[in-house]
Amino acid sequence: MAAPIALHLEFGGGAELLFDGVKDHHVTLPSQSEPWDMKQLLVWIQRNMLKERPELFVQGDTVRPGILVLINDADWELMVSGVSWSTSFRTKIMWSSSLLCMGVNRRPHKKTECGH
Amino acid sequence: MPVFCSSCENKRAVLKRPKTAHSLCKECFFWAFEEEVHHTIITARLFNRGETVGIGASGGKDSTVLAHVMKVLNERFDYGLKLLLLSVDEGITGYRDDSLETVKRNQQQYDLPLKIVSYEELYGWTMDAIVKQVGLKNNCTFCGVFRRQALDRGAMMLKVDKICTGHNADDIAETVLMNVLRGDIARLRRCTAISTASEGEGVIPRCKPLKYAYEKEIVLYAYFKKLDYFSTECIYSPNAYRGHARAFLKDLEAVRPSSIMDVIHSGENLSVREGVRMPVQGTCSRCGYISSQALCKACVLLEGLNRGLPRLGIGKHHRLHGKILAQQPLTEREERKLRAVDF
Repeated sequence: MAAPIALHLEFGGGAELLFDGVKDHHVTLPSQSEPWDMKQLLVWIQRNMLKERPELFVQGDTVRPGILVLINDADWELMVSGVSWSTSFRTKIMWSSSLLCMGVNRRPHKKTECGH
Repeated sequence: MPVFCSSCENKRAVLKRPKTAHSLCKECFFWAFEEEVHHTIITARLFNRGETVGIGASGGKDSTVLAHVMKVLNERFDYGLKLLLLSVDEGITGYRDDSLETVKRNQQQYDLPLKIVSYEELYGWTMDAIVKQVGLKNNCTFCGVFRRQALDRGAMMLKVDKICTGHNADDIAETVLMNVLRGDIARLRRCTAISTASEGEGVIPRCKPLKYAYEKEIVLYAYFKKLDYFSTECIYSPNAYRGHARAFLKDLEAVRPSSIMDVIHSGENLSVREGVRMPVQGTCSRCGYISSQALCKACVLLEGLNRGLPRLGIGKHHRLHGKILAQQPLTEREERKLRAVDF
């Protein structure tokens, strides 16, 4: 049984607009039988945090290409996929979107040409 | 298990480089990134000693990284350049006013002179006013055309020899794709060039020192260096076509990181069959700016705004240039076609 995990999630570069414009989130992942991994974390974020247009954040079971993920200030592409971690409370995960036309702007009621 | 730097082998790696697949620590990454930009500058002979170079600065990640790296390299390798920041105020409340604050801080941080030129002073129209008149569909056309000229005009006021902009490898690959998809052979041919020669009176040569720098590395460089940049999207940015090209490229990059370089390489090595008609570059008979028509795009767009016919510069209306130049009124039928604003 893995203990609950406290995480600091930070969204930036436009990605925060999918989370009510809030950049910093302190969350606690519930305890579960298997250790948490990124794949599960993404599902959890999608279910519990994502406010709008999940297709701009996740694609399949990973993040949408163009969104950079840093775990404790290191590029997650360095980690072998599916790696699980026993996190301490200091774990900080940062997501930064470098996609320009995400179809997200400050006036979500207005449809852009992208149709998002 | 931390991954170690594949270069120095004793520090923790912080990123995997998309271009080389090397895992590097912060220090080795900074060094590699800066050296590569230096290599680009030297190989393409972008600058000459003693030149004054205007850095197009928007406050965004690309131009902030460009300003920082140019300053570092100018000192490290003694380029002998006089650097300054050049910004355009498009007049977009809640976006450009905020990002210009970032540029003003960069001016202090990098100790470089700053010049801001505004659409309002140059054209008599802010983007906010333009959007009010033309709506959200073609506003990016106005903004893009006006910005290009505005940067040139600002550069002339400062007597700058060259302008450099923060276009990165991803931007250029997108542009190659877009030009292929639109069949724009003239632009396809030009868009991969790292620098433009002086195309005529009033046009200052431009170059792109970050042409081979991946966006991922630019974002991470800015992040790890803790550079002060502005990362909000333009509130009027429905540039859908580029958005699709970008999303497509990012998908390709996820499968094969070299895709971005490969698209640029393809663009660079395309040769256009002889006999393909190319527009002949001349000058605008109203403002003197380069143009392949009697009037340059900015003058036509401006005329449309001032006559209350915003669609004048959208699409091709070359036949009307004579009338505009002679300040003749348009027929009712011509006006009707240009007035309609569709949302």
